[in-house]
Amino acid sequence: MRELTYVEALREMMSQEMRENENVFLMGEDIGVYGGAFGVTRGMIEEFGPERVRNTPISEAGITGSAIGSALTGMQPIVELQFSDFITIAMDQLANQAAKLRYMYGGKGNVPMVLRTPAGSGTGAAAQHSQSLEAWVAHIPGLKVVQPSTAYDAKGLLKAAIDDPNPVIFYEHKLLYKTSSEDVPEEPYSIPLGQADVKREGEDVTIIATTVMVHRALEAAKSLAEEGISVEVIDPRSIVPLDEETIIQSVIKTNRVVVAHEAVKRGGYGGEIASMITESEAFDFLDAPVKRLGASPVPVPYNPELEKAMTPQTEDLIRAVKDTLNRE
Amino acid sequence: MTTNILEQAEGHFEMFQVLNEEGEVVNKEALPDLSDEDLKELMKRMVYTRIFDQRAVSLNRQGRLGFYAPVAGQEASMLGSQYALEQKDWIIPGYRDVPQIVWHGLPLYQAFLFSRGHFHGGQIPEELNVLSPQIIIGAQIVQTAGVALGLKKKGKDSVAITYTGDGGASQGDFYEGMNFAGSFKAPAIFVVQNNQFAISVPAGEQTAAKTIAQKAVAAGIPGVQVDGMDVLAVYAATQEARSRALNGEGPTLLETLCYRYGPHTMAGDDPTRYRTSDLDDEWEKRDPLVRFRKYLESKDLWSEEQENEVVDKAKEEIKAAIKEADDTPKQKVSDLIENMHEVLPPHLKDQLEEYREKESK
Repeated sequence: MRELTYVEALREMMSQEMRENENVFLMGEDIGVYGGAFGVTRGMIEEFGPERVRNTPISEAGITGSAIGSALTGMQPIVELQFSDFITIAMDQLANQAAKLRYMYGGKGNVPMVLRTPAGSGTGAAAQHSQSLEAWVAHIPGLKVVQPSTAYDAKGLLKAAIDDPNPVIFYEHKLLYKTSSEDVPEEPYSIPLGQADVKREGEDVTIIATTVMVHRALEAAKSLAEEGISVEVIDPRSIVPLDEETIIQSVIKTNRVVVAHEAVKRGGYGGEIASMITESEAFDFLDAPVKRLGASPVPVPYNPELEKAMTPQTEDLIRAVKDTLNRE
Repeated sequence: MTTNILEQAEGHFEMFQVLNEEGEVVNKEALPDLSDEDLKELMKRMVYTRIFDQRAVSLNRQGRLGFYAPVAGQEASMLGSQYALEQKDWIIPGYRDVPQIVWHGLPLYQAFLFSRGHFHGGQIPEELNVLSPQIIIGAQIVQTAGVALGLKKKGKDSVAITYTGDGGASQGDFYEGMNFAGSFKAPAIFVVQNNQFAISVPAGEQTAAKTIAQKAVAAGIPGVQVDGMDVLAVYAATQEARSRALNGEGPTLLETLCYRYGPHTMAGDDPTRYRTSDLDDEWEKRDPLVRFRKYLESKDLWSEEQENEVVDKAKEEIKAAIKEADDTPKQKVSDLIENMHEVLPPHLKDQLEEYREKESK
């Protein structure tokens, strides 16, 4: 099988789609010859030209609003927002516009837009370039929210996001850009939004983890296996829509659950997942309280040690799993 | 020295006018090339819209309409600019800009349904190139850059026009939209209808700039201040902006100086708290209908009978449109659930079934 990095998978999918579909085009800051802040669009302007790989003014509301306007004329824009922290500047266009236009047009008007944007800490990018604000957009009815954790998922989910006639916020993770999957087909394929993936099967505890936390959960599971603890790792892949059924069935099987994300724990999407479990039939099967892991409620520190300390690491996941089992 | 530069620059933004308050041509060179039929049609539309406004205000007071932002005083600004468009052009309106989209082709009863918050009011007919009125101040301006970009990309020989008010020009979106469209030479026209008040804040307190038109300079695009009570001036300025856009020369900013006779909206605004009746009187002397009527009468193109015909026709059609709005089936919760997504996500499927069941009883 073919090994591809997360960045390459994203670029390949966008390029394949743009070759097939004249309506798809890219907009963003420094996405031209520079290739984007993380190199995702590198080489694309050479193939598709400046009309379809549009370098824009530094103007997040402008980029997002223009994408919406062009989408309403039948274009299918893919916006690259240089850092997901800048979503704050584009928020009116996302929350009040993209999310609601189809509804306010009585179902007669679509915003087939994908907004790709890198999130997450771990790169020393400090307080304003490292946040995970997915819960902000997940809260808004009308926006779909995707968080691929592997190159394979990134390609398939991006295809589904582009094909989706409603707006999709597509969170990429800076630490994952260089990671690779060994089995990325060259042919385009689609992973439906709202379909979780069981990244590892297990019997004793379920960890529900998103984006970079999936990899830490898998490391934790590997290490716990040596102690005879069998951990199941579920990656929802999209938090809106959320594949509730896969999560519920897993909890019914294991009776114990840890929910982990990199975003600040307070008000994070993990709370929503935990509540969903306790409102479901899985509640009767729980043998321990649902355990949530998230970042401390502080700005992401510049200092690498502190940065690491604020977000859940593999050891924290191991500790949390043991807590649910009441083990030292 | 800096002050001089500013003063010099501001000197370039003199108000463009074709007809003065007496309906006399003061700028012959700029007189647009309109047939007698066109001139009469413009007058008809302004009279019709004045009646529409009176009826809408009164229906709102009776509780028969919902959200409504009065338009009287802005007819020349709204309809002169719309008349310079072709059917293939796109209108991206603010919430007050209902007349333009109605004259572009939105059925009147749908405008009333929009006011009532019925989803069918937002369902723009397939072939009609307008967006539904924007509620957030200024948000339509950046979207217009995108609509124009889409038209350019698809090789359509058409333009996108958007409207906001003097208050909207204070938003960041205003600058971002102009700058964005300017940088790509997108075929857009940005109209700021300076009706003197953003709810209660006078235009003079909104900005230190002497004109809003001069704000175009920062974006590197032409800006023109137009007498917004003069329908011929608004028409001519829009037509020129349209030609520039179609020639690939990029967007234009038009500031139309006008006045809103009524309240900001019908949701409890009382203009006497922030405006004097002297100011109202001063602007009413410049009334777009009075002025244009004088001009047409001087050309023997308009009479009282013609005006009464338009008034009667407007009243009749408005009555019929309200009836059609009343006769439209009430919206159901299931409609709203279905309207949200093209493909219904699983969590809404359950809700939809639940409501369909309730509604079937």
